[in-house]
Amino acid sequence: MNYFESNVISNKQLTDDIFVLEVERKDATAAAGQFFMLKCWDNELTLMRPISIFKAEADTLHFMYRVIGKGTQRLSQLHKGDKLQLLGALGTGYPIQQVHGRIALVGGGLGIPPLCQTAKELAAHGAEVVAHIGYRDKLFALEDFKPYCKDVLFSIEKGEIGYHGFVTDLLKPEQFDAVFTCGPEIMMRKVAAMCAEKGVACWCSMENRMACGIGACLGCSIKTTEGMKRCCKDGPVFRAETLFQ
Amino acid sequence: MNLQTTICNIKFKNPIIAASGTFGFGEEFNKLYDVSCLGGISSKGLTLHPKEGNEGIRVYETPSGMMNSVGLQNPGIEAFIKEGIANMRKFDTVLIANMGGHSMEDYVTGAKMLSDADIDMLELNISCPNVKSGGMAFGLKADVASEVVRAVREVCHKPLIVKLSPNAENIVDMAKACEAAGADALSLVNTFQAMAIDIHKRKAVFNNVYAGLSGAAIKPIALRMVHSVCKAVNVPVIGIGGIATAQDVLEFTMAGAAAVQIGTANFSNPLICKDILSDLEQLCQRENIHSLDEIRGII
Repeated sequence: MNYFESNVISNKQLTDDIFVLEVERKDATAAAGQFFMLKCWDNELTLMRPISIFKAEADTLHFMYRVIGKGTQRLSQLHKGDKLQLLGALGTGYPIQQVHGRIALVGGGLGIPPLCQTAKELAAHGAEVVAHIGYRDKLFALEDFKPYCKDVLFSIEKGEIGYHGFVTDLLKPEQFDAVFTCGPEIMMRKVAAMCAEKGVACWCSMENRMACGIGACLGCSIKTTEGMKRCCKDGPVFRAETLFQ
Repeated sequence: MNLQTTICNIKFKNPIIAASGTFGFGEEFNKLYDVSCLGGISSKGLTLHPKEGNEGIRVYETPSGMMNSVGLQNPGIEAFIKEGIANMRKFDTVLIANMGGHSMEDYVTGAKMLSDADIDMLELNISCPNVKSGGMAFGLKADVASEVVRAVREVCHKPLIVKLSPNAENIVDMAKACEAAGADALSLVNTFQAMAIDIHKRKAVFNNVYAGLSGAAIKPIALRMVHSVCKAVNVPVIGIGGIATAQDVLEFTMAGAAAVQIGTANFSNPLICKDILSDLEQLCQRENIHSLDEIRGII
């Protein structure tokens, strides 16, 4: 974990409100399911913004984000060569080394990007990865999964192509050794329940408002069966059974 | 230059103290820089019994600041004494234990335990709601606060800092009452009671409806309160409230503060305390200040 300044390599708009920011990695560590705190402002905004790692390459980091407030609005205005500050990599990500065999990834909305780096690391670890991706109305990042996955299934709630419905309709947990999920809590709860029913290990990546990002302020605590946990430090990835019952 | 300062016979390397609730017990920030460079660290707010803290949203950004309603999540005083202190003692800096309570008994029992433990100073948070008075904070009325401070003073043989709430009916009367009740030093201000509403949900952002405002937005008010209090009391005052730059440190010092605490700014830049320290030396040189004593309380 480091706090450092980096340079923007590119900032591409994928849909109306989804962007991918590529920055110089500057020797930062980065693992699947971890995140960075980002800022490109001095005093206008008080807090840095937690953004998951979409892709970590040798020299660059990619962050996919949706413009939802002032912070992400500012991030979306960055251009090549602009400076920004990063704090990271932060948090406890997916347990890549602990799982083997066939692994299902289940992502929805802005829970999709961190699963891309996860697919990459799982594939490198020798796992067979099947991605299940749920979109609302526009496809994004689909192609990024393909190099690392045996199969990429997707659903779309409103759209021209693909399966119209929930991404969880596509999941058959019994066909997998473990399931990693990230997305809206309602989706993760469903995935966790399906996995519990079939006795398949499941990990979920949680999201919360954060101030420090490093585990000091307890602003992002969430209740688990093992007591209060810091989303930013103990998580964001947790065993499903510690979160939902 | 020499930034050393002494408060209640405790030597601080410099006047920069990490504020309670923003810095944990120092461990996390120590992974980013050596926190032994700080004058002191005020621990996460402790209570007699462990607390899970509040449900719902706990932190929320506001223009030039933020609001929080963490609800004093902490492992309890016993666990802090068993493990927390040893961890904090790894850092060569003044160890201030910050303690809150929800009843007079909690305050007294907790203060006694902490006072007997290996801490340098006790900082009493009187902004907590008093369960027996329908949740009204101890720190609003001078007579209530005075009662708590007096009771804690009796059992506390370590230097006692009382951290004042800016929500007090009259901050100067409050400061005088706490001094008279035995406070060795005062720190101010804690967060301002504030509110945010989510218009889409048509609900208050925080489950408790009101939450504490901190950050740059409160700095000018905090500075005014520190100034007024410094004029009215004889005990040292530690300035708190939106301090984020070396210039802010000089402002609070000129207003009379013996030291300052840095809180919310740690979130904007995790290295801020260290950065302020190096900037402070340069700024003093530029302003021809050889010692902070030269400018303390000159306004």
